[in-house]
Amino acid sequence: MFTNQRRARVTTTQEPPAPQADAQEYSTHPGAAANRLFGGLSAGAATLILVTLAAVATFLLIEAWPAMTASSAELSDKVHWLGTESNETLLATIGFLVYGTVLISAIALLIATPLSIGIALFISHYAPRRLAQGLGYLIDLLAAIPSVVYGLWGAIVVIPVLQPFYEFLERYLGWIPLFAAADDGSVSGTGRVALSAGIVLAIMIIPIITAVTREVFLQTPTLHEEAALAMGATRWEMIKMAVFPFGRSGMIGATMLGLGRALGETMAVYMILSPGLTFSPYILQAAQHNTIASYIALQFPEANQDGVSALITMGLALFVITLLVNMLARWIVSRRADFDGAN
Amino acid sequence: MSKRIDINNLNVYYSSFLAVEDVSLSIEPKSVTAFIGPSGCGKSTFLRTLNRMHEVIPGARVEGEVLMDGVDLYGEDVDPVTVRRHVGMVFQRPNPFPTMSIAENVLAGMKLNNKRLSKSDADDIVESALKGANLWEEVKDRLDKPGSSLSGGQQQRLCIARAIAIKPDVMLMDEPCSALDPISTLAIEDLIADLKDQYTIVIVTHNMQQAARVSDKTAFFNIAGTGKPGKLIEMNDTPTMFSTPSEKATEDYISGRFG
Repeated sequence: MFTNQRRARVTTTQEPPAPQADAQEYSTHPGAAANRLFGGLSAGAATLILVTLAAVATFLLIEAWPAMTASSAELSDKVHWLGTESNETLLATIGFLVYGTVLISAIALLIATPLSIGIALFISHYAPRRLAQGLGYLIDLLAAIPSVVYGLWGAIVVIPVLQPFYEFLERYLGWIPLFAAADDGSVSGTGRVALSAGIVLAIMIIPIITAVTREVFLQTPTLHEEAALAMGATRWEMIKMAVFPFGRSGMIGATMLGLGRALGETMAVYMILSPGLTFSPYILQAAQHNTIASYIALQFPEANQDGVSALITMGLALFVITLLVNMLARWIVSRRADFDGAN
Repeated sequence: MSKRIDINNLNVYYSSFLAVEDVSLSIEPKSVTAFIGPSGCGKSTFLRTLNRMHEVIPGARVEGEVLMDGVDLYGEDVDPVTVRRHVGMVFQRPNPFPTMSIAENVLAGMKLNNKRLSKSDADDIVESALKGANLWEEVKDRLDKPGSSLSGGQQQRLCIARAIAIKPDVMLMDEPCSALDPISTLAIEDLIADLKDQYTIVIVTHNMQQAARVSDKTAFFNIAGTGKPGKLIEMNDTPTMFSTPSEKATEDYISGRFG
């Protein structure tokens, strides 16, 4: 039987091979269609992002156009919360709101970033494994709390607790303009001030910054950690030598994600902050600041057509800020790409 | 500069698992000692107990003594961080810090020891360490480039330069050539021969020719089976080990009958 088979094979090779059959054999394989389909789907998903971004930008521009091109006199006739005085025009209002938004987000970021990095480091490099796991879940759970709940909690629980602390800040650090008291010599009695909004926002963005930085820290190559330890680095020195440099771009990315959320956060700020429109640096005084998102939420329900157009101009401003923040982050990340730990 | 190491009845554990059982041996100063043996026999684990890197892994611990010129490294007041500043280590895969330049990599350990280094002192250290690692000629014009821009063999010599910059008493090498091509391997082996004049060197290797070429003494580790602890089978002068070993297992391993 064996010899028969062999003989049969030999005879076939002596005949000229059938080229069409061979071409067929090399032209298709079972996974080809699925591969093409998935490639198409994934390209489609990527395109969708671009289309959405373009659509949002176009919408903002078109809808904001009437308000942007109208004179301030025209606008103040139609929109009751805008005036002709130099500090009541649309541009001036946007200026105050951009300032308020950036100020409150900066407070939030200043508080949240070091805390988040500390928590992430504790989870990734200090805590025993079981504690680290539990803590990780808890942090993720924090991220799942809706912002309106944070707003309620902030307004009802946090602010009353913080108010005495503000008085303390004013008493001992009042000489710093940030913590200065109002003309009557006291800080806001209700505590509905920029610092409160910043603190609650900080609590809201801690989970996202922590979750991302924790993942980045956990990916630090053991090789680099051991290189540092073997030279006689303490754990903290090892973190400075191996973990931070490796996670640098990830940390910046995480911070920017947090900043993005802080900039756009509406409900919590709306519920906590006593709004005002000024360029004041006094974060312990009420009725000084407001953010773009919270202002839009405040005015939108009662706005007429021109009012909506004016509000959308503010939305456009927020869009531009967020875009700038992201570009800045990209630039920081790419600056020392040669030395990046991730390559 | 170089110290003698005496290990007495050392048991090495990962949590409750005994990885290396009852090792006693002595390592002479200014010599090269090679650890050979099949994979999983605990030779790398054992090496890592000599600079207390073993305990970096959660649950890892040892019982017994490691005496460095008579001082027990596992004594009560001994800080593992200080131990590691005296015992340098080179790893299996080259691991320069990718975010640091070549010069910064060499100085990384110095910076831990004394924070303030004058520019000229730093330059001197970089030059002498890189010369000591036979790398100076190749990199002297690009000291500010990232360490990761070098070839694998150059990176490994950079790691050796980084280790010798802090002037350790002992140098541990954990399969330093296993990720390198033959020419880079030769460069590292030449370097080991040079370093022997100043340092006590302990090298783990899978490559028996390498052990025969570079070492003065060879220790053979073996394992009875999976899940069993690794043991020191025998240790002797390298020529003796490779010509007339006293144990059957050593002979089998060296002649390629297993492992």
